[in-house]
Amino acid sequence: MSIEVADLCKTYGNQKAIDGISFKALPGSVLGFLGPNGAGKSTTMKILTCFIPQTSGTAHICGFDARTDSMEVRRHIGYLPEHNPLYLDMYVRETLAFIGAIQKIDQTEKRINDVIERCGLGDEQNKKLGALSKGYRQRVGLAQAILADPKVLILDEPTSGLDPNQVIAIRALIKDLSKIKTVVLSTHIMQEVDAICEQVIIINKGKIVADDTLKGLRLKHNNKSLENIFIELTGSHVNQAQII
Amino acid sequence: MISILFKEISGFFTSWVAYLIMAAFMLVTGLFLWVFPDSSILDYGYAGLDSFFNIAPYLFIFLVPAITMRAIAEEKKDGTFELLATRPLSDWDILFGKFLACLVIVLLTLLPTLIYYFSIYHLGITRGNIDTGAVIGSYIGLVLLGSAFTSIGLFTSSLSNNQIIAFTVAVFLCFFSFSGFDSISSIISLQRIASFLTELGINQHYQSVSRGVLDTRDLIYFLSFTALFLFLSKTILGARKW
Repeated sequence: MSIEVADLCKTYGNQKAIDGISFKALPGSVLGFLGPNGAGKSTTMKILTCFIPQTSGTAHICGFDARTDSMEVRRHIGYLPEHNPLYLDMYVRETLAFIGAIQKIDQTEKRINDVIERCGLGDEQNKKLGALSKGYRQRVGLAQAILADPKVLILDEPTSGLDPNQVIAIRALIKDLSKIKTVVLSTHIMQEVDAICEQVIIINKGKIVADDTLKGLRLKHNNKSLENIFIELTGSHVNQAQII
Repeated sequence: MISILFKEISGFFTSWVAYLIMAAFMLVTGLFLWVFPDSSILDYGYAGLDSFFNIAPYLFIFLVPAITMRAIAEEKKDGTFELLATRPLSDWDILFGKFLACLVIVLLTLLPTLIYYFSIYHLGITRGNIDTGAVIGSYIGLVLLGSAFTSIGLFTSSLSNNQIIAFTVAVFLCFFSFSGFDSISSIISLQRIASFLTELGINQHYQSVSRGVLDTRDLIYFLSFTALFLFLSKTILGARKW
């Protein structure tokens, strides 16, 4: 079991950002984390990556507790935060070398070459990040996430703001990576879930409202489209009526 | 920590901040030491670096916050802090890396001013007629002062996402901790604790080190001052975990 989350809660002041969620994720699959904006997707990911601690509950990654064993957890995850923050005044290779040095990986040069090839950054490898297009920046974000060859990849809205060609390329890359890794990605794009996820978790107002395989979810809801299932589970009835 | 240190230093040089700071420091101290009649060595007539060491702390009050202001504020604003904090690095690693990088820039700013010492050494009517002990002491004083100001700057940089705010607050804190306590101690109703108040200020200890006597009390003062503000910065960085 690569990720095991039990009864996880996070409160900001009086507001419950996530409220008792539990789920598991297996290696070799893509777990889609769906939910409306503000449902608690990013908060969950920030807890899994040890950026902020939970208020209660536990999160284990590769058997290590995110709160008590955070250094070990951080060695086993690759994280692409929302909005893909990067050092825009650094060069592609420089960034990767920097991350490699932090992660203390072996044969940095060889690994960087591998990752650059894998993420299709060959033509851009000597450019400054500030000079790259959004799609290529996203690839750099992914490249730095997978550089240390982590067992678990956590990607927060990896395709937001990309053009359709870039979306397809990034999805193919994620799909490819998921063969040997556990991938958790958050999104609110339904086609994305259709295209790459095996398991789907729908989260609304901090609570899990569905946790199933893609097929299972469809079966339960009379083969409705994922979009309609999403609206049914997370939208208020008024909104639902308007959309339909 | 080492990787953060190198990344920061290379950042200072690619963004021209380092060159700008060094040039500004050289230019202003050069003018005061050799050109402006009130403080120029050529008019003053004594082979000493006193006017340089008197003006340098006031330049540091502005230049050190300019070096440190982006250190943490920018990372927080761009979200890259999340990149660092989710890597196998402790907050101390990040903080020390940045502190040392800023301190290296401060040292590199001081380094070219050694040329003043050698010029005066050779220009004296009796060659070498300069109080070398006091010069060494003053340089140590400046380095200690630089580390104290750097820790203040890192602290204010961790307080805000806005570099201008970080800079302004740091300038104020540096100025106040340097000479504010002296000014307060001259208030008449505080005369009874005046000597205690001046002891709190940096100026008192800087002057003491500048005389060329390296007193452990001064050393401990500077080290604990730096440690205090580094600790405060660490607390602010850790606040996300509360």
